[in-house]
Amino acid sequence: MIATLFNAKHDRLPKILEHASGDKRFKILEAHMKKHQFRQDALIEVLHKAQELFGYLEDDLLLFIACKLKLPASRVYGVATFYHFFTLKPNGRHTCVVCLGTACYVKGAAKILAAVEERTKVKAGETTPDNELSLLTARCIGACGIAPAVVYDGTVTPRQTPETALDHLKGWIGHGD
Amino acid sequence: MVIDDLTEIADKERAARKRYTIRCCMAAGCMSSNSKGVKEALEDAVNQAGLQQMVEVRGVGCMKLCCQGPLVQIDSATAGATFALESNEVGPLYQKVTPEDANSLVSTLKGGQTPVQRGDPRHPFFSAQLSIVLANSGFIDPERIESYITAEGYQALHDVLRELTPKDLIERIIKSGLRGRGGAGYPTGLKWATVGKAASQQKYVICNADEGDPGAFMDRSVLESDPHSVLEGMAIAAYAVGANQGFIYVRAEYPLAIARLHAAIKQAKKYGLLGSGIFESPFNFNIDLRIGAGAFVCGEETALMASVEGKRGTPRPRPPFPAESGLYNSPTLINNVETFANVAPIVRKGAEWFAGIGTEKSKGTKVFALAGKITNTGLIEVPMGTALRKIVEEMGGGAPDGGKIKAVQTGGPSGGCIPAEELDTPVDYDSLTKLGSIMGSGGMIVMDETTKMVDVARFFMEFCMDESCGKCVPCRAGTAQMHQLLNKILAGNATTRDLQKLEELCYMVKNTSLCGLGQTAPNPVLSTLRFFRKEYTDLLMPDAFGPRPNAVNGTGHAAAGRNLAPTEGVPSSGK
Amino acid sequence: MSNAPSLPTETKPAPAPVEKIKVRVDGKEVEVPKTTPDPLSGRPLPTTMIQACNAARVDVPHYCYHPKLPVAGNCRMCLVEFGTAAVGQDRKPVLNPDGTSKISKSPRPAIACATPVSPGMEIYTNTPAVKQMREGVLEFLLINHPLDCPICDQAGECKLQEYSVEYGKSESRFVEPKVHKPKHVDLGPRIVLDDERCILCTRCIRFTKDVVGDDALGIVNRGSYNTLTAYPGKQFDNNYTLNTVDICPVGALTSKDFRFQMRVWFLKETKSLCTSCATGCNIIIGSREEKVYRYEPRENDAVNSSWMCDSGRLNYKWIGRADRLAKLQGPGSSAIGWSAALKEISEKLKQAAKGSTALIASARQTNEELYLLGKLAVKLGAMTDSVPRPGEADKLLLNADRNPNSLGARLTGISADPMGSNLPKIAEAIKSGRIKTLIVFGEDVTELGMSPDLLGMLQTLIVSDILPNATTRLAHYLLPGCAHAEKRGTFTQTKGRVQRFMKAVEPPGDARPEWEFLHELILNTTGQDGYASIEGLFNQMAGEVPAFKDLSWAGLGDSGVSIPI
Repeated sequence: MIATLFNAKHDRLPKILEHASGDKRFKILEAHMKKHQFRQDALIEVLHKAQELFGYLEDDLLLFIACKLKLPASRVYGVATFYHFFTLKPNGRHTCVVCLGTACYVKGAAKILAAVEERTKVKAGETTPDNELSLLTARCIGACGIAPAVVYDGTVTPRQTPETALDHLKGWIGHGD
Repeated sequence: MVIDDLTEIADKERAARKRYTIRCCMAAGCMSSNSKGVKEALEDAVNQAGLQQMVEVRGVGCMKLCCQGPLVQIDSATAGATFALESNEVGPLYQKVTPEDANSLVSTLKGGQTPVQRGDPRHPFFSAQLSIVLANSGFIDPERIESYITAEGYQALHDVLRELTPKDLIERIIKSGLRGRGGAGYPTGLKWATVGKAASQQKYVICNADEGDPGAFMDRSVLESDPHSVLEGMAIAAYAVGANQGFIYVRAEYPLAIARLHAAIKQAKKYGLLGSGIFESPFNFNIDLRIGAGAFVCGEETALMASVEGKRGTPRPRPPFPAESGLYNSPTLINNVETFANVAPIVRKGAEWFAGIGTEKSKGTKVFALAGKITNTGLIEVPMGTALRKIVEEMGGGAPDGGKIKAVQTGGPSGGCIPAEELDTPVDYDSLTKLGSIMGSGGMIVMDETTKMVDVARFFMEFCMDESCGKCVPCRAGTAQMHQLLNKILAGNATTRDLQKLEELCYMVKNTSLCGLGQTAPNPVLSTLRFFRKEYTDLLMPDAFGPRPNAVNGTGHAAAGRNLAPTEGVPSSGK
Repeated sequence: MSNAPSLPTETKPAPAPVEKIKVRVDGKEVEVPKTTPDPLSGRPLPTTMIQACNAARVDVPHYCYHPKLPVAGNCRMCLVEFGTAAVGQDRKPVLNPDGTSKISKSPRPAIACATPVSPGMEIYTNTPAVKQMREGVLEFLLINHPLDCPICDQAGECKLQEYSVEYGKSESRFVEPKVHKPKHVDLGPRIVLDDERCILCTRCIRFTKDVVGDDALGIVNRGSYNTLTAYPGKQFDNNYTLNTVDICPVGALTSKDFRFQMRVWFLKETKSLCTSCATGCNIIIGSREEKVYRYEPRENDAVNSSWMCDSGRLNYKWIGRADRLAKLQGPGSSAIGWSAALKEISEKLKQAAKGSTALIASARQTNEELYLLGKLAVKLGAMTDSVPRPGEADKLLLNADRNPNSLGARLTGISADPMGSNLPKIAEAIKSGRIKTLIVFGEDVTELGMSPDLLGMLQTLIVSDILPNATTRLAHYLLPGCAHAEKRGTFTQTKGRVQRFMKAVEPPGDARPEWEFLHELILNTTGQDGYASIEGLFNQMAGEVPAFKDLSWAGLGDSGVSIPI
């Protein structure tokens, strides 16, 4: 054999599988893969499910998926890092996604983002040190008719201003001041 | 399933029609303003008023005037007519409805009054529209296949399977003059013919629903409002080219569209309108959904196919074209949502009817998402060739708060900005191309005098830089360099030499990039330079040594004669 | 990996004649086949512009294109302009007034590596636009490049350097900050990656995935953050990793073995063969001042395509080992000269009774040496054999037979059938006292059932070898021989290809090429004169050994000749 997918040198995998056996989420994920007949082209669907279950895609989770779908780890890793939707580090308890689509942009989305960045003291793409809030941006969520839109914990909210946005975040940030 | 079953379903729907229909917009725009709460409140109000026998509260797709949502419209109809369309009895339109308004709205059915703001259904925003793709949008319940069947749904698929050979069908699409609605405008019939001719046991049909252009939400609305029209169009296309498997690639940012597509596919399978032996013919066709994961480049067809295969969404060189070797190396037909949605109406009403709409080279209608600094934002469908001025001024109501329109951006990051002076341009593929923009998928962003054009160019360049897949070097490195130069210009640190560099880079990236993303990424810069050069030069630092010998002279003359003539080479300077 | 593709070195059925089409490259007409076999699957693919340019001997600069790999089309360096024969509405070619067919020039350039040619096509590689595009692409490639050529191992054989001479600008127009990426990435046991130097051509990825079948490498992230990597913590560790260093057009992937050892422009290149198995991969030995620094694969589509395995490539250090046998020794480890030693040996052999001598040769020796040993054996009536060296094969290049010339040993009649089956008989005959003289070339027979005690029973033990072992220590006559890098000769590889190799470095001390002293020994022993040159010797062998009929040293060329086996 020239090389095996998971050769003997790969000592992480057994550990991951053992770890997986004790975690119900891995079972759900595996059931989801089974639904797709463990097809390799279902990788993106599987990653969606994994992120939904675990919140983010950590290395061991990606290895688990690679193993189950019989895909090279490099490919799973390449796909997971290519798509903006997938995150390899955990998000905060709450998420605030400022849409920066064209319609939102010309209606002042950049000002909203700047205000939130200033208030939370994190940049877009980062999470507050207390892990309460992840500030993210989107490349158009297709809500242009109600621009500018901000998505708070998955809820699209129309016609935002810096004031309404900060108001919305009040409960999530800066405990104690 | 046979034709009689379709008729029976429609008859049953019509028979169940109540005296009043309260249509409540349940598309994503209005839903984000709590239209779901409005619908539930309306249902409660109807029940409380004891009007269940007379009134149906129906969740419908996009009612188009998104800026005034949640929208509610109340139709009254004579027995037998299922849709306002059929009875021509469009009732009053209510805007910005809240759940608290429900009781007063229902009270109007018994002669009561409501303080809710009324819209004008006769406003040009509505009256100047011509609906083919959006004909059902806002009228049928997108979550019920019966609702679509009652609007002649799946008739066209039946007729095609019974009466037309694939060859005749393709001939009909060619005759209709339908061109791809995804942006490039390739004749749909020719594309079908190429895939049809490819010799292969396995072929695929893909619906490109990766509506990535920021500022565009036409496809989302179609999918949310009338998902079956896309399924039917795909099935007809599959029959034409000889495919038995279809995929819809939807972006993950559209959860509602995904949910409705899932439901629609399930219902269609249940009724035997997808699956094996459709309409008791030998034709088999299945559709699977593939969810994107946030990559604009996946709108490019070869990248999209890579993504459907579960890989990194990077494009590959063509040839081979997808029509010869596409998904899983099989011949593949890729059309976008709006293109497929046009198919069933063309089959039902004939190629001549369709070809009678629009201009000589651009047939039919086009859906636009009107957004930005404009009074009436929302969804419009107009005949090809409608003047831009009519769209933004009459239908869109011009810039809000007495502002003045400065430019209209079409085609998203691949398009350009059309200045106010050119508003009389008819909207069709060729006219927009002449202005250095493109039709694109239909995003139309209006900009007023407060919009800085260099900032807009920077915005799009940042978008392209972030969304570049990084496979080919001109796009990977070039977009980043152009973005840095635009930042430098905006910061007031740039000289004429930087501007010259920017222009050189534009042509270089345009000519040498692998796929459409890179090839068109410079368009927003080039088009703003063409019409708003002064905004750039005003930001430049005075050059301490005076303009260099080859520097652009700042009046726009340097751009002349450089109109993308690669045969003359990439201009290296303003000579 | 079970689906590892094998190289198309198998004898393929004669392909059907391929239709030819005529195209013009920079005005020069050239005829090319309409299709060209895919380097991996052998499936006919449309002939591309770059193949037509090669046929016309017009160089098109490129980074990502590699003739042995699937096309990626991402470096954009090979963009050319072109025109196609214009076709009228009647689908017939449009003609110019002078009867030539009208060419409609494409408004867009095309990448030569991926664009198929069509009849009548005209390709322009030297227009100002093409030059400007090349300059532009090169400039983009250099934007994030660290420009650390003085400490880069690739310097001297770097395509960035090469094309910069032709298309580079003396100053970069872009002064904005470079994107920084990981440096000194430990990709695997033999490879170091510098991501900043990487131009993301993906040659290495395609090679490992499509040629080796090990999907170990990939691109992660997106856009200008694109980075070549293996999975975090996972090693790039198959037996072909070092080929990625060869095909890396820049200095991103470097060999830990060769890193910082020698500037490449000082290396002398010698055409040679790998001796680590029976595949006979063609190689180039890089040497300087009698020291071998590296092996690199040399293209030979009949044998190894453009690749070689890591184990073979790194198996060169023994050549320069300090304990190499460099002293000619007579009885009692006494110092002796070559002519005296050969004279004494031939005297002993002449005196030996017929059938009292055995000869164990190595299948690592050349055809010529084995042929000469065969002649000697016939004269002495000696029992002969050579030693099998089994290992594990892979699906690509590594052969289960770790001898480079087992077939040569068989064809020259040296080895028993099966190889090694005479060894116990020889041992038995020594024990019984029937064999009194043993000649051993290049093998340690104490490992083959002939203990030092047994060897002690011999009257004469003549040994030639390169490195010391238990047998060489017992030899009455020890004749230091040459590594293949120190002499010329031929091997017959496993599929019957006779290939020659050249001398790269001088042998140490007294060591001499075996064929040279064997020639002298045979002259002394049998009175038969042969050839004192390798050319003459080979041609003589070709005349005598039926399997090598009709071959000639000159006719072998650089890539060898296949014989029926």
